[in-house]
Amino acid sequence: MALTDVALRENPPIETGSRLTNDFSMQVATVNGSGSQTANLVLLRTIFEMGVPVSGKNLFPSNIAGLPTWFTIRVSRDGYVGRKPEVDFLVAMNSQTAREDVLSLRAGAAVVYDEPLNLSTVREDLVFYPVPFDKLVSGVCTDVKLKRLVRNMVYDGVVAKLIGVDRDQMEQALEKQLGGKPKAVKLNRAALDVGYEYAEQHLEKADPCFVERMDATAGKVLIDGNSAAAIGAMMAGVTVVTWYPITPSSSLCETLIEYLREYRIDKETGKATFAVVQAEDEIAAIGMAIGAGWAGARSMTSTSGPGVSLMSEFVGLGYFAEVPAVIFDVQRVGPSTGLPTRTAQGDILMTAFLSHGDTRHLMLFPSSAEECYSMAIEAFDLAERFQTPVFVMSDLDLGMNTWMSETLDYPTKPLDRGKVLDAESLERIGKFGRYRDVDGDGVPYRSLPGDGMPPYFCRGSGHNEWAQYSERPDDYQKNLDRVARKFETARDWMPAPVVEINAKASIGIVAYGTTHWALIESRDQLLSEAEIETSYYRICAYPFRDALASFVKRHERVYVVEQNRDAQMLSLMKLDLPAKLTLRLRSVLHYSGNPIDARSVTDNILLQEGYRVEKARAVPSASENSSGVGGE
Amino acid sequence: MATGSVSSSRKNKSNLIGLESKAYRGGKTTLCAGCGHNAISERIIGACFEMGIDPERVIKLSGIGCSSKSPAYFLGSSHGFNAVHGRMPSVGTGALLANRKLIAIGVSGDGDTGAIGIGQFVHLMRRNLPIIYIIEDNGCYGLTKGQFSPTADLGSTKKTGVVNDLPAIDTCALAIELGASFVARSFSGDKKQLQAVLKAALAHKGTAMLDVLSPCVTFNDHKGSTKSYAYAKDHDDPISEIDFVPYFEDIEVDYEPGDTREVEFHDGSKVYLRKLGEDYDPRNKLQALSVLSSTKSRGEFATGLLYVEPAKTDFIDLLNIVDEPLATLPESRVRPPESALQAIMEGLR
Repeated sequence: MALTDVALRENPPIETGSRLTNDFSMQVATVNGSGSQTANLVLLRTIFEMGVPVSGKNLFPSNIAGLPTWFTIRVSRDGYVGRKPEVDFLVAMNSQTAREDVLSLRAGAAVVYDEPLNLSTVREDLVFYPVPFDKLVSGVCTDVKLKRLVRNMVYDGVVAKLIGVDRDQMEQALEKQLGGKPKAVKLNRAALDVGYEYAEQHLEKADPCFVERMDATAGKVLIDGNSAAAIGAMMAGVTVVTWYPITPSSSLCETLIEYLREYRIDKETGKATFAVVQAEDEIAAIGMAIGAGWAGARSMTSTSGPGVSLMSEFVGLGYFAEVPAVIFDVQRVGPSTGLPTRTAQGDILMTAFLSHGDTRHLMLFPSSAEECYSMAIEAFDLAERFQTPVFVMSDLDLGMNTWMSETLDYPTKPLDRGKVLDAESLERIGKFGRYRDVDGDGVPYRSLPGDGMPPYFCRGSGHNEWAQYSERPDDYQKNLDRVARKFETARDWMPAPVVEINAKASIGIVAYGTTHWALIESRDQLLSEAEIETSYYRICAYPFRDALASFVKRHERVYVVEQNRDAQMLSLMKLDLPAKLTLRLRSVLHYSGNPIDARSVTDNILLQEGYRVEKARAVPSASENSSGVGGE
Repeated sequence: MATGSVSSSRKNKSNLIGLESKAYRGGKTTLCAGCGHNAISERIIGACFEMGIDPERVIKLSGIGCSSKSPAYFLGSSHGFNAVHGRMPSVGTGALLANRKLIAIGVSGDGDTGAIGIGQFVHLMRRNLPIIYIIEDNGCYGLTKGQFSPTADLGSTKKTGVVNDLPAIDTCALAIELGASFVARSFSGDKKQLQAVLKAALAHKGTAMLDVLSPCVTFNDHKGSTKSYAYAKDHDDPISEIDFVPYFEDIEVDYEPGDTREVEFHDGSKVYLRKLGEDYDPRNKLQALSVLSSTKSRGEFATGLLYVEPAKTDFIDLLNIVDEPLATLPESRVRPPESALQAIMEGLR
């Protein structure tokens, strides 16, 4: 994230005399492991509780302690929550990166910094606020270990005063964040006060960033996608959870475990209505999930790209032997170890066809915390309805960052356990054949071990409709065709896309997952800057609905915007759409590891539309840059 | 009965739950005639019949290989899952988490366990999952035409004369070290011992690991092999004579004190281990490891119940799961009420 000198020159300055009320981006640069997360979340929550739309993104290294980390808070009265690359207000707490961080700022930006860093000599076009953190901290606390943590709360106090945040409001947020730890609250409040009072007495407000109360967050909550997915899994009645730790998915299962312990222990017996196993690796994790799904449990695992790679063989078994399981893929940057703590949408193609032979998998693409929740619930229903592994394709940005979210609604639909054989259905279908399509939808009945219904032998080897081993060509082909039919049936059961047709638009935009947030803003930019009207199709699931083809047909050009190098979703669309329509597809790609931002999307589309993008905005450096021009 | 030996096999045609022996049969084997694995399938059928096991509660699990095909050849009215190579333990774990009432019989091979599956084997033993895990051990990969497996002994040869120059993995020693609560070794040709060990395994609550020498008549039954019928017969060194008495049979066993050891299992069944040479205590880990090592150094292999810890907590109990199968809990017990979601939301506001 630290930008280069080149980037500096390309950053547009903040216009002199302008006032960025509820519309600025703040960055806190600290050292990983210094405990700044609490201070950053308190700041975020305070602004949220003042009714102002806000989002927080943590850009952190793959490291326990010592490497630089940046926390970005975007305050947006318009409700834009995508990443904004320009920084208007910097809190420079990390001596390693301070110089570079300051050089990357747009002119006119503010810098709160630790006085000894002497940053005011670096540039003349910024507003500098030196703060003697060591001295202030010493007045609050003497414990060496605590000092390091408390220091962060001092900058919260300073920032609060400078941007016009209510001190009481911040104290409330602090209590909420540290809930139930009165000693910690007391100490941190003292630190907050010291910072606030220092700013009051020694700093003269000269930067343009202000927060003023609004009423745009009422009824909303702050939550990360992984927690929302965990709540969804619990509400879906998950019974077997098997996982292996991996960033950025670990917190999904860890949060789930906390909730399960709270809400899923049988009151009378004190026993659990769930089982959680931290497996020896991802292969065992998916193996257990498949074993549990076969035996009738609602089973799940959670992982990221490297884990999905390892699960490939078992997922093929799940597909071919037709066993339900839910897999959360919180995507990070690959290939290989890649950038383990950065975000991407790079597992789309791998997951769609995971494993050898002819395979296709059901995938859901949540964009928001609400959808992490609702799609988690749907995923369990779909897995059992279609007796196959189902993937929920989240990403690091969604999973680990804090988002504003609508309150999560209690599910109204009962659990769909799919076609599980019972006496009644057995009588209706006559003879049970595990892989026999009796309803024409490709979905056969299954019996569960121990339930007294006729048994069958589940296997990854070739089988006929009676689940007998078979190498007969007609048996093999018939079965594989039926599984394909099942996939076709699934199309209309998958979550519907979110489509916005603009009758005046000749340009369509397709996006999915977290890319959505950049698109909301980018479409506004296209309209206000170039009067380009656009329609919008947000993909929520694979296989696609037929509506996707109609959408493409309606528009002359369709930009598919995604966060990977190889236009993975566009490639999937090409396989599905009539050849003629694929000629209309263009690609906009972003794969730096940072969450996609609206500016680069807009500029990319403008370039492809033949505009000359002169202002060279928000294209900070080569490493930051979105892809080159894609398209066909 | 006078001394030592008891016969627990009932003379009746039907067993405890009223089933005849044929109810435990499976499909026709497709393995080679004379394959040790077929004999093991027979012993599994016999043991399940004699123990009055309900086939509807049994799940048969396997990995990939000749051995792993065999679950299709016994207990045809039980559910089965032929999983992927070396990863049957995870599938079995998941299934038992989903339904703790199931009785799991896993069949693996020496390649499936000792090579590709060694990781999952290790963790299965560690967890003490209630499963019978049988390694049908012939020291070679049969389905791919006789390559050495990790249990092939150092210096043993292939049919072509090629010598194995790597030491064998002793799955029994490994299982004991890793915490398995029931470890036995037997020989497919020793009907009496194998069936008694299998019945004891069915009575045990926890991982019962059985390494059964099971010669491959096609690729590993020649002179120079240490896994051939001839070699096995000559080098089988039983540590004690084993008799099994199920909980439901009222049999008095008289034995000379100091001559026989008794082990009682979770369900009340007992095994009696009669001294054959050195006094052997199957609860003594160090003795088990020492006997395994000393017999091996003599080129022999110790058979019988090597180690047992009947009271060890199994994995399902460790997880404190409700008594009913998780798989079929009704919605009301797995979906928390609306008030729970409201409380969570309140905490996030």
